[in-house]
Amino acid sequence: MSVPIHIQPDETFVLNVGPQHPATHGVLRVKMEMDGEYIVNAETVIGYIHRMHEKMGELKTYPQYYMNLSRMDYLGALGYSHGHVLLVEKVAGIEVPERAEYIRAITVELNRIASHLFWFGAFVMDLGGFSPLMYALQDREHILDMLERITGSRLTYSYYRFGGLYNDIDDQFIESAREFIPRMRKSLKKYHKLVTGNIIFIKRLKDNAILSKETCRKYGASSAVARGSGINYDVRKNEPYSVYPEFDFDVPVYPEGDSLARYNVRMAEIEQSLRIIEQGLDKLPDGPIMPKKAPKIIKPPAGDYYQAVETARGNFGIRLISDGTKVPYRLKLRSPTYSNMHLFDETAKGMLIMDALAFMGSLDLVIPEIDR
Amino acid sequence: MIVEKTKKALDVLFPQQKAEQEAEDDTPVSTTPENEAHETKKEEPRPNGLIERDYAVHGYHLDAQVAPEQLFSAIEIIDGLEFFLESITGVDWIEDDQMEIIYDFSRYDFDLCRVVIRTRVARDTPVVPTITPIYAGANWHERETHDFFGIKFDGHPHLIPLLLPEDADFHPLLKDFKA
Repeated sequence: MSVPIHIQPDETFVLNVGPQHPATHGVLRVKMEMDGEYIVNAETVIGYIHRMHEKMGELKTYPQYYMNLSRMDYLGALGYSHGHVLLVEKVAGIEVPERAEYIRAITVELNRIASHLFWFGAFVMDLGGFSPLMYALQDREHILDMLERITGSRLTYSYYRFGGLYNDIDDQFIESAREFIPRMRKSLKKYHKLVTGNIIFIKRLKDNAILSKETCRKYGASSAVARGSGINYDVRKNEPYSVYPEFDFDVPVYPEGDSLARYNVRMAEIEQSLRIIEQGLDKLPDGPIMPKKAPKIIKPPAGDYYQAVETARGNFGIRLISDGTKVPYRLKLRSPTYSNMHLFDETAKGMLIMDALAFMGSLDLVIPEIDR
Repeated sequence: MIVEKTKKALDVLFPQQKAEQEAEDDTPVSTTPENEAHETKKEEPRPNGLIERDYAVHGYHLDAQVAPEQLFSAIEIIDGLEFFLESITGVDWIEDDQMEIIYDFSRYDFDLCRVVIRTRVARDTPVVPTITPIYAGANWHERETHDFFGIKFDGHPHLIPLLLPEDADFHPLLKDFKA
C-alpha cells in the first residue's frame, strides 16, 4: 500500500514538522525526508520541554519530590502519583488503609477516562473531525469538576500522600460519580455512532501503520499500542498492585495492530474503567484514609527498588536507588510514551505523511511525559 | 516457571558462581537478607553474579551483574527468552569510581518475571557495547544515558544528544556536576 512513487528519482526534500505544530500535541519535532507525499526517513527530535525531573529526584526529599510526579503527564497525572506513593510505601514499610486504596483506584480510573476522552477528541480532530472534541470535553469536564472539589486542582493533582490521601471523598463526590457512570455509557454509544462507524474514519485508520508483536517487544511498547497488536499486557493484571485484584474487569485486546485497533482498545478501556469505578463505589469500605502512624521523615533502607503501574498511557516504572538517607541516590522514571513514540521513526518509513500523522495521533502522545 | 528457566539460562555466564553454589549446596546463595546492600556499600562493590531477589521487596525477580564483555551475550539470552525492553539507565557510583548501567526487562505474558541486567565500568572510561542490534528500542534509551552520564555505547548508530540541547557538552546526572 505504501510504495513510494518515484517521479523524480534521487530527489528528496526535508520537511520539518514542529516543534510548534498542532498535530504534534505539544513541542515535538519530526524531521522528515520526503519523496513527494511519501516519507523516506523520519527522525523524531524530542527534549524541547525537558526539565530533568531525575536530577530533581536526587536533590529533594521524598515528600518534596512527590509533586513532580503529577507534572509529567498533564492528562493522567494521578497514575504517576500512584506509582510514586506505592514505591515509597513499599520501601519505607508504610501500611495503607483499605479505604484509601479504594479511593485511589476510583480516582485513577476517573483520571484515565478523562485522559482517554481528551485523546479521543484530539485524535478525531487530527483526522479532520472537529465536533467530537467538544462532546468529549463536556464529559471530561464532569470528571475534572469532581476531582477539583476533592483534590483541589484540575490537572496537576497531588492528591495522594505516603500512607493515604490528602482528603476523604464525601457523599457529593459519590453521588456525582454515580451520575457520571450512566452518562458516560450513553456518551460512549453516541461516540460510536458519531465516529466509530464512520466510513471515512475507518478508511483512514484501517491497515494504517500495522505494528507487529515483535516490534512492540523490541521497543517495549505498552498501553493500547501493545494491546492493539494482540498483546494481552496490562500491569494491573500482569503485575497486580493496589486493590486491582479485587475488581472484575477485562483487558481489551485487538489483534490487528493498526491505528483502528489502537482506537478500539482505548474506547473499550473507558467502559472497563467505568466498571472498576462502579465496583469501587459499591465495595468502598469505611475507615480512616491515613494510617495512625505515618512517618514524617522517610528514610528507606539502602537498596535498589522498582515499581511499575499502568497509567493512562501505559507501563510507567520508577527505579529507586536508596543509600539510606532522606534523599534518593538515583531515581529513574520510565515513561511509557517514550517507548511508544520511539516506534514512530521506524514505522513511518514509506508512509504517506497524512497517514503518519494519523498514526502519531493513535499513539496518544503527551510530550512533557516523554521529555520528563 | 520462567524465573527458573531464565536463571538457568543466565547461569551459563557465571561458571564460577555455579561451582561455588554446588560446593555449599545446603546454604542457598540466592536469597539476600534485607540489610545486605547496606553492608556491601561500606565494603567492596558487589562481585559479578546472579542474585534472586524477593519480588515483594525489590519489585523484580532476577538481578544479574555481568562484566561489560559479557553484556551482549547476556542480552542475547534475554532476547531469546522473549523479554521486552523496559528501560536502560545509569548510576554514578562516585565513591567506587565506577559507573553502573542498568537494563530492565519484563514480560508480556502472565508468567511474571522481571530481570535486571547491570554492568559496571570505570568512571573515567565509561564504554559499553550497544545493544541496538538486538533491541532496536534501545536506541533512545542509550542516547539518554549518554546525555545524562556521558557513557559511550560502542557501535551506537546515532549517539547525539536526545533530551539535552544538541550542542550540550555536560552530563547533569554525574554526582560531581555543577550547574
